[in-house]
Amino acid sequence: MSLDPRINRLDLKRVNDGEQTASHLVTWEVFHQEKRGKQPVHAGIVHASTPEQALMFAKEQFARRGKTANLWVVKTADVYTFNSEDEAIFETTPEKTFRDPAFYKVRERIEAFQAKNKL
Amino acid sequence: MNNEAIKDLLYRMADDALIIGHRNSEWTGIGPMLEEDLAFSSMSQDKIGHAQALYNILYTSFGEKNPDVLAFQREEKDFRSCQLVELPIGEYDFSLMRHFLFDHAEAIRYELLQASSFAPLAALAKKVRGEIRYHVMHADTFVKQLSAGTEEAKARMQSALNYAFPYALGIFEPSDYDAALIADGVFAGETKLQQLWLEKVTAIVTAAGLQMPAVDTTKAVYGGRKGYHSEHLKPLLAEMTEVTSIDPSAEW
Repeated sequence: MSLDPRINRLDLKRVNDGEQTASHLVTWEVFHQEKRGKQPVHAGIVHASTPEQALMFAKEQFARRGKTANLWVVKTADVYTFNSEDEAIFETTPEKTFRDPAFYKVRERIEAFQAKNKL
Repeated sequence: MNNEAIKDLLYRMADDALIIGHRNSEWTGIGPMLEEDLAFSSMSQDKIGHAQALYNILYTSFGEKNPDVLAFQREEKDFRSCQLVELPIGEYDFSLMRHFLFDHAEAIRYELLQASSFAPLAALAKKVRGEIRYHVMHADTFVKQLSAGTEEAKARMQSALNYAFPYALGIFEPSDYDAALIADGVFAGETKLQQLWLEKVTAIVTAAGLQMPAVDTTKAVYGGRKGYHSEHLKPLLAEMTEVTSIDPSAEW
């Protein structure tokens, strides 16, 4: 019900049949793609009842500024995640710095190559 | 080229955009849901932007007064907007249906104007096509979705359509300048526009499961294009020009 005095809505009986409530407005995860070919990046969520409507809303919420090539929307319910108590499976990864690309001294070799070939 | 004819076309388009932009902005903060509030507000900003661009063409190409003066310091009788755009926002079903009917007409109008022999208008038509495309997509999505909703939703959309339709036909009020605009290759004319619009909206409305009112038995609401308005325009102008009436040189 609006608080604005200009808006006089019909005094309809609220029927809790799932249609008169807002329960049909589910959330959609929005992914923003800046340029064609770049990977879409998660930007946030919108509430909507259909994918088309979710795209309409996503455009105004997440593509208002800067460059946009496209948007993706995915129903939040279709996103699968680990249980938070399983977080332990990621515990030791920060220690495995040998997996970090910076660990390999590629940069030095590139620079040496560039210097040698005057690039 | 017939300057008076082009000026008349520009005023009709600019005044439509300004008035509907102002009307739709009345939903800002009280929209049915946050996401839609943002989308509707953003589109109304676009409309005001279109009005400014059109007033600016009048200013730079024809030596009319500057856009601020044209928007905020003219009398009600000087406005050549159709009566559809000045109607109060009502409930959301009406505002959506008006948005649907108006924006389809605008989309086709600008599409035709891309080929206009009047270069500033052809350039503007190309510039705004993306914005208007979104406006139409938004309108179509809602019309389709609400018409497929509950019985109440469908009935509301149908009533809104029945109510708005005679006013929507007023968008295409015949103009004394139509022949000149067509002859000069500036614009294909209101009759042609109405015909294309009717085909387009009929297809969408029918697909959505609503009944399209019959055009031959509907009395179009004319007058707006000649400065005759409903009782709703004056209060709108009073509200819109509240600040400039106090201080015409105010900047913000």
